[in-house]
Amino acid sequence: MKSNKRRKSFFSRAALPYVLSLPALIVCIGVLIPFFTAVFYSLQRFRLSQPWARKMNWGENYLNFLSDPGFWSTLKVSLVYAGLTVGLELLLGLGIALLLRRRSRVNNFVSIMLLMPLMTAPALAALMFKLMTNPGFGILSYFLTLLGIEDFRWGSAPSSALFTVVLVDIWVYTPFIMILLLAGLRSLPTQPFEAAALDGVPRIQQFFRITLPMLTPYILTAVLFRLLESIQQFDIIYAMTQGGPGDTLMVFQVEAYLNFFQSTNVGRSSALLMILWAITFVISNIFIKNWLRLRERARGEV
Amino acid sequence: MYDKEKGLANDFLQGKLSRRELIKRFAAMGVSASAAGVILNMQASNALAADFDWKKHSGKTVKLLLNKHPYTDAMIANLDNFKALTGMEVEYDIFPEDVYFDKVTAALSSGSSEYDAFMTGAYMTWTYGPAGWIEDLNEWITDPEKTNPNYNWDDMLEGVRASCAWNGQPGGELGSADAKQWCIPWGYEQNNLAYNAEMLDAAGVNVPTNMDELVEAAAKLTGGDTYGIGVRGSRSWATIHPGFLSGYANYGQKDLNNDGGRLSAAMNTDVSREFHTKWVNMIQNSGAKDWATHTWYQVGTDLGAGKSAMIYDADILGYFMNGGDNKMAGKLAYAPFAANPDAASPTPNIWIWSLAMAKASKDKDATWQFLQWASGPEHGMFGATKMDFVNPVRKSVWADEMFRERLNSSYPGYVEMHDVSAPGAKIHFTPQPLFFDLTTEWAATLQKMVAKEVPVDEGLDQLAESVNVQLKDAGLG
Repeated sequence: MKSNKRRKSFFSRAALPYVLSLPALIVCIGVLIPFFTAVFYSLQRFRLSQPWARKMNWGENYLNFLSDPGFWSTLKVSLVYAGLTVGLELLLGLGIALLLRRRSRVNNFVSIMLLMPLMTAPALAALMFKLMTNPGFGILSYFLTLLGIEDFRWGSAPSSALFTVVLVDIWVYTPFIMILLLAGLRSLPTQPFEAAALDGVPRIQQFFRITLPMLTPYILTAVLFRLLESIQQFDIIYAMTQGGPGDTLMVFQVEAYLNFFQSTNVGRSSALLMILWAITFVISNIFIKNWLRLRERARGEV
Repeated sequence: MYDKEKGLANDFLQGKLSRRELIKRFAAMGVSASAAGVILNMQASNALAADFDWKKHSGKTVKLLLNKHPYTDAMIANLDNFKALTGMEVEYDIFPEDVYFDKVTAALSSGSSEYDAFMTGAYMTWTYGPAGWIEDLNEWITDPEKTNPNYNWDDMLEGVRASCAWNGQPGGELGSADAKQWCIPWGYEQNNLAYNAEMLDAAGVNVPTNMDELVEAAAKLTGGDTYGIGVRGSRSWATIHPGFLSGYANYGQKDLNNDGGRLSAAMNTDVSREFHTKWVNMIQNSGAKDWATHTWYQVGTDLGAGKSAMIYDADILGYFMNGGDNKMAGKLAYAPFAANPDAASPTPNIWIWSLAMAKASKDKDATWQFLQWASGPEHGMFGATKMDFVNPVRKSVWADEMFRERLNSSYPGYVEMHDVSAPGAKIHFTPQPLFFDLTTEWAATLQKMVAKEVPVDEGLDQLAESVNVQLKDAGLG
C-alpha cells in the first residue's frame, strides 16, 4: 500500500513539470511556427498574384531596402512617431500622476475618470477624432476657427497629419503611463521624503534626487510597453489616413499591411515585419537589461 | 384561379406584350401592382424552369461571401424565388466594404472551401485569377448542359463583359479572344457628373461639358460652407479609378505602355502633365478641405448633405444621394462628361461589382446554378425595377421602358448620361499584377502634388521612375 502510494506520487511528480510547461510549449509552438514561416517568406520573391515567379532570393528583399527611399522614410516616420508619442505621454503621464499622488477621494475619482480613453479602442478613437476634425462640422475645427485659425487641415495635410495622429495616441495612451506611475509613486517608501522634508530640501531637488531615481524602474516599464506598442502602430494611423497624405504616415505596420493585403507582396511584407521585429527585439533587450541593473542596484542599496 | 393573369404574364415573358401594356391590362383587371409583381415573378420562374433542369442540384447548399451593398439587398430580396426554382439552399456572410476585400483575400489565399462564390471587382481578379484562386467561367457559360437557354450572355453590355475577361498576360487586352472570364458582371458604375441643380441654377452656372469648364464651374460654386467639386483623395488605388482616370483616358492617355509584353510608365507625357496640373489646381481651389481623406463615402455624403455642388465620381453614388433621407434628395441631376473638348464622347472608367467562383468550391456546378440565376435577365429586371440594382449590366434591362421611365422621373438626365457614355465605358487600366501597388502610389503622388510637397512635373517623373523600377523588379518591365 505504502509503496504504491509513493510510486503514484512519484509518477505525478515526474510528469508535473511537463504538464505545467505544456501551455508554454503550445504557446511557443504557436508563436515560433508563424515566426519562422515569416522568416522563410521574407527570404523569397513571393507575390500571390505571380505564383510562377516565386523563388528563394535569400537576402534580396532586405538588400533592396537599402536603396529604397520608401523604406527609409518608413523607418524614420516609425521612429519619430514612437519617440514623439512616448516622450510626450511620459511627460504628461508623470505630471498627472504627481498631481494625483496624494490619496484622496477626489484624486481617486479623477484617476479613474482619466482611464476612460484607455477603454476606447484606438481605431474608434481615431474615427472619433476624424469626425471632430472634419472641416465642415468637426468641433475641434470649430474651436480653431474661434481662435482665428482658419484652414487648419488636420489629418489631410502633410504638415499637420503627424500632429493629428500623435494627438489621438496621446489621448488614448497617456492614462496608461499615468496609472503605472501613479501606482509607483504611491508605493514608494515615505522615509526618504520625510527625511528630506526635515532637512528642508527644496521640492524640485526632492523630485530630481529622490522621486525620479526611485521611480525609474516604473518609468522604464511604462516606456518599454508604450515604445513597443507605438513602434508597431497601425490602427490609429490606418483609420485616420491610411498612411497618407502622400507617404507622410507610412509606418511599418501600415506599409506591411498594404503590401500584403493590397499588393499581395508576401516577400516584402514579411521582410518589413522582420525588420520591425529586430527593432522591437533590440529595444526590449536594452530596456530589460537596464531594468535588471536598476533593480539590482536598488537591492544593493537596501 | 389567376389563369388570365398568368396568361398575360406569359405573353409578356415571351415578348408578345410590352411591359407598359402588361401593366395597363393588369390594372384593367383590378390586379394591384404588388400582386402583379408576384404573378410575374412566379411565371418568370416557371418559364425559366420549363427549358432547363433547374432542379438538378436540389438539396445542395451554396455559400456566398458578400459585401454590404444594395445589390446584395436586391439579391436577398429575390432569393426565395431561387430556392423555389432550384430546391437549393443559399447561405451567406456579409461584410462591410472596409474589411470586405481583406476577408476575401484571406479566404482565398488560405485555400478555404468555405465560400463557393463571392462578390468582387474586376481589378481584384487580376490578382485572384493568376494566383489560381478562381475559376474561368467560360467553361460553364459555353456549356448548354449547364447554362439555361435564356441566360443570354450576349445581352451583357460589351465593354462591361470584356472588362471582366483577361488572358492573364501582363498588359494583355481585356476581353481578347483567349481571355478567361474570371467573373460575371453583376452591376456596374460609370464615372460621370452628378450635380446639385439648385446650386448651379442659383450661381448661374451651366453644366460643365469639359475639363476647363469643370474647373471654372467648380471655382464659381465654391464659397461659404460649400465647395465646388467632390472627387476622391484618400491614399488608395480607389482615388485613381473613378473621375480621375475617366478624364485622363478621355485625353487618350494611358497608365502604362505595352511594348510587346514589356510594360513601362506612361503617365509623364506632356498631355498627362497638363491634365494632372488642371486636376490638382481644381482640388486646391475648389475641392474639399479634407480631400486627402475622402473615399467614395465622403464624396457621396457631402453631395447628399449639400456641402458640395458637383461630384465627378460613380454615377450610382449620385443616384443613391438623390433618395433616402439625404438633405439634397430630389435636387440632384446627372450629365455625361467628356473632359477633353476634342473627344467625341465620354470614356468613363468603370467599376464592376461582379460574381466569381472560388476554385476551392466543392460543388462548382451547383455554384454555377446560383451564379447564372443571380446574373440572369430575370433577376436583373427584378432588381432594376423593384430594388436599387443600378446600373444593370444587361442591355435588355436598359431597353426596358418602365425602367427608363422610373429613372427619368426621379433622376433627371441619368438615362441619357448612361446611353451617351456606355459605348466608351470600360476599364481603361492596363491589366497587370501590380495594379494595386502602382495605383496606390499614383494616389500618394497626387496627394503630394495637391499638398504642394512636390510640383506636378517633378512628381510625375518620380512616379514614372518608381513605376518602372517596380515593373522591372517584378519581371514585367
